[in-house]
Amino acid sequence: MAPVLQLSGITKRFPGVLANDHIDLTLNEGEILALLGENGAGKSTLMNILYGLYQPDEGEIQVRGKKVTIHSPTDAINAGIGMVHQHFMLIPVFTVTENVMLGSESVRGGDFLDRKKAADRIREISESYKLEVNPDSYVKDLPVGVQQRVEIIKLLYREANILIFDEPTAVLTPQEADELFEIMRTLVKQGKSIIFITHKLREVLEISDRVMVIRRGAMVGSTTPEKADKQKLAEMMVGRSVHLEVEKAISTPGDVVLQVQNLVVADPKNQIAVDEVTFEVRAGEILGVAGVQGNGQTELVEAVTGLRAAVSGKIHLMGQEITNLSPRQVTELGCAHVPEDRQRDGLVLSFPVADNSVLCTYYQTPYAKGLNMQAHVILENAHRLIKDFDIRTPNAQTNVGSLSGGNQQKVIIAREFSRPIKFLVASQPTRGLDVGSIEYIHRRIVEKRDEGCAVLLVSPELDEIIELSDRIAVMYRGKVVAVVSADEANKAYLGLLMAGVSPEQAESAKTKGPRVVETTF
Amino acid sequence: MGWRVNQNSTEKPEQSPVKPDTGKVLLEELTRPPEPQKGGWWRSARRVLLVPALAILTGLIFGAILMVLTTEEVYQAFGRSFGEGMSLAGRTVVESYGAMFAGSLGDPGRIITALGSGEPAAIRRAFNPFLESLVNATPYIFAGLAVALGFRSGLFNIGVEGQLFVGATASAFVGYAIKGLPGIIHMPLALLAGAVAGGVWGFIPGWLKAKTGAHEVINTIMLNWIAFRLTEYLLSGPMSRPDSGGLPITPLIEKSAEIPQFFQSPIRLHLGFFMALAVAWFIHWLLFKTTIGFEMRTVGANPHGARYAGMNITRSTVLAMTISGALAGVAGAVQVLAVNRSMAIGLSPGYGFDSIALALLGNSTPIGVVLSSILFGVLRNGATRMMVVSQIPIDIVSIIQALILAFVAAPAIIRTIYRIKIPKEAEQAVFVGSWGGK
Repeated sequence: MAPVLQLSGITKRFPGVLANDHIDLTLNEGEILALLGENGAGKSTLMNILYGLYQPDEGEIQVRGKKVTIHSPTDAINAGIGMVHQHFMLIPVFTVTENVMLGSESVRGGDFLDRKKAADRIREISESYKLEVNPDSYVKDLPVGVQQRVEIIKLLYREANILIFDEPTAVLTPQEADELFEIMRTLVKQGKSIIFITHKLREVLEISDRVMVIRRGAMVGSTTPEKADKQKLAEMMVGRSVHLEVEKAISTPGDVVLQVQNLVVADPKNQIAVDEVTFEVRAGEILGVAGVQGNGQTELVEAVTGLRAAVSGKIHLMGQEITNLSPRQVTELGCAHVPEDRQRDGLVLSFPVADNSVLCTYYQTPYAKGLNMQAHVILENAHRLIKDFDIRTPNAQTNVGSLSGGNQQKVIIAREFSRPIKFLVASQPTRGLDVGSIEYIHRRIVEKRDEGCAVLLVSPELDEIIELSDRIAVMYRGKVVAVVSADEANKAYLGLLMAGVSPEQAESAKTKGPRVVETTF
Repeated sequence: MGWRVNQNSTEKPEQSPVKPDTGKVLLEELTRPPEPQKGGWWRSARRVLLVPALAILTGLIFGAILMVLTTEEVYQAFGRSFGEGMSLAGRTVVESYGAMFAGSLGDPGRIITALGSGEPAAIRRAFNPFLESLVNATPYIFAGLAVALGFRSGLFNIGVEGQLFVGATASAFVGYAIKGLPGIIHMPLALLAGAVAGGVWGFIPGWLKAKTGAHEVINTIMLNWIAFRLTEYLLSGPMSRPDSGGLPITPLIEKSAEIPQFFQSPIRLHLGFFMALAVAWFIHWLLFKTTIGFEMRTVGANPHGARYAGMNITRSTVLAMTISGALAGVAGAVQVLAVNRSMAIGLSPGYGFDSIALALLGNSTPIGVVLSSILFGVLRNGATRMMVVSQIPIDIVSIIQALILAFVAAPAIIRTIYRIKIPKEAEQAVFVGSWGGK
């Protein structure tokens, strides 16, 4: 039987770039094919060709043995190809039903929308594929994971057989990612075929039947999860040997830099997000805060950096009380902050790299004399940072918004790390980045620690926490449920703590070794 | 305690709490700085100017069609024969636009003759059309700067018209009510009064936005109505000219409060035009060279980022609205002190509203505002002359202006008509931009 989808010799050139270089790809019925590659390797270009957003310069596409030409997403859908985009294509103020039927509306009596019929179809689909969603809710009220389900339903509603998932887990919490994988398994069981685009090695090993690795626009290899491991995949992807493990010496903690006592912080809905939290971070150590996202880490970081007022409790930075000081005051005391959402908080995307590199210090000498900003000093500073931190940008005047995610993060790292700092808050510093960038950023954070900086690292990625931290605090529902030293910690134990199991009960799991939790995180 | 830990915390959407705001998206589009371009100044100039230039051309073509369609004689000529109709249509268009440009830029033939004759009065008259266009452009520059500064700071100042009215009224009051001051003090004082009044009118919505989150679009529109009615009351009551017979107009301002005109009649070119250029330079400096401007632009482009960077968003928002209002107030004040010499309800033919479009046309940069203001001045001034010469109603010019703006504001139309290719990056941006994204 012919494969469901066959691409042969797909080539796509952009001015100055060979985005896809004679790519061959085969997708069989009922399989999950992982397409692995770094950001900018050409995965998205290839999928956009498949989805009709680009036309290939060379090569052909066959669906079930028949040659097809895809000029638009409509053609793609007609050929049974559907795509779940990384950023959802949903209309927030419409209901699930309205979103799903948009573009292929059921009508009755000529021009009247038949919402009921569509809603029934949606219920049917969500039942048979275990895609739980209420057709009548407004998309804007749904969590991200459920919004993604709506995207999937949209494709099933249009009877797509080949589903492309473009970095679907980038926006999901670990639990939501697990639910998604469950859904993907159900889909292939019922005969759908899936192309899964990602740069997360663990996910590839967990979910895929086959892996193809793409690098600089060319297919560099194909393997199966059984034959591969993380290290091998990473090297195929990056094209050189990669240190997945962070090399670091044993820490030599110094004086207490950050001291948090009985801190209580409320979230925007005025509910307690951080509940009587007490901990300290010493100079020259990394304290990792582990926890499933939404357990108060965001509010904790915001309170420490002055972005959110504390309800009660005290925060001291090097002996000085900083509770409810302004962000600027905290920054001036030597605190650096790599924010959780780099595009929302950490950068001004429409500003050039140079301006972004002085976002927190623009008013200080030498960047400003009185009111006058010193454009040439700012530019020189940017040139230095671009060189020192290996930021890949056409030049210092390029808008940050047009850089890749990894390079955007490097701009923030360069800005924050190049100041004389005593305390670093890094919140999800490698979220959504590829292996090369992760390796680089991890090394920089350890360097800062070795220079005697106190580091507060917050991440929902347990791997990252375990690799980097000297001590680990686990947060669950606003409380720090345990602080353990890194050499005592193992994934299963931390995973249980993160899931709300009490430290005493979790203790027993420590010896029994990994259980169900291992797959959860 | 009323606190409660969020039970469903893991279900929380990870999205930014700020919903994508249409206004915000539009602002970003409007104030997007031009991408740095390789390939020399000519290509970059071409890139920036191509669409506005074609928009103007297309506006003029549509205007020509409209002129022909609204001229009765052309229909009659077509009734006689097709050739006659076409030739009359052509003549109408050429004559009207000829009159328009002669009336706004000057008639080259006349300039040469006047220069040859060496007669001062003739030379003045020959150069007057263009200089009068600059007089027309002056209030546009101030008002356009007001809107552009707001745009850059993430604020839609729809209240420029109202700010202009209160500014004009305040400066007229200082102009006529205070007597016996030397000009060197009186005129600046009257200008300052205009700036302060406009500034207060901008401060109010700015403060409301910063402190309560009340949207400035609504508040500035409401303040417009208050300004209009307040002005009407003042002009027909406490501030009315004793001998006006009930017309809503203030007494003439004192000589000492007048902004000097440079030449003898009929040339009205006054110091205000050069003040406008100086202020445009100042706003450019403020926005792009100072820490204050950096803060305003950052708050405008990404308020979250501004907060993270430790900027004072309240101060920046209030300051931007106040400066914007002050600029609008000065627009009115200059018009009173330099041209009208008194305040009446008919002072502004809609400067405040045109200025929104104008700031758009100028991509919200001070130099762009100056250039598009001069264009508006030329069109307005030429329209008057066109009306006299060819009986084309002045409204046609308003329609042409509206068309030009529509074309500039919707570059897609121009790109479609002239088949201009969109640069590659822009094309890609369409695919990645979506809901739920950043």
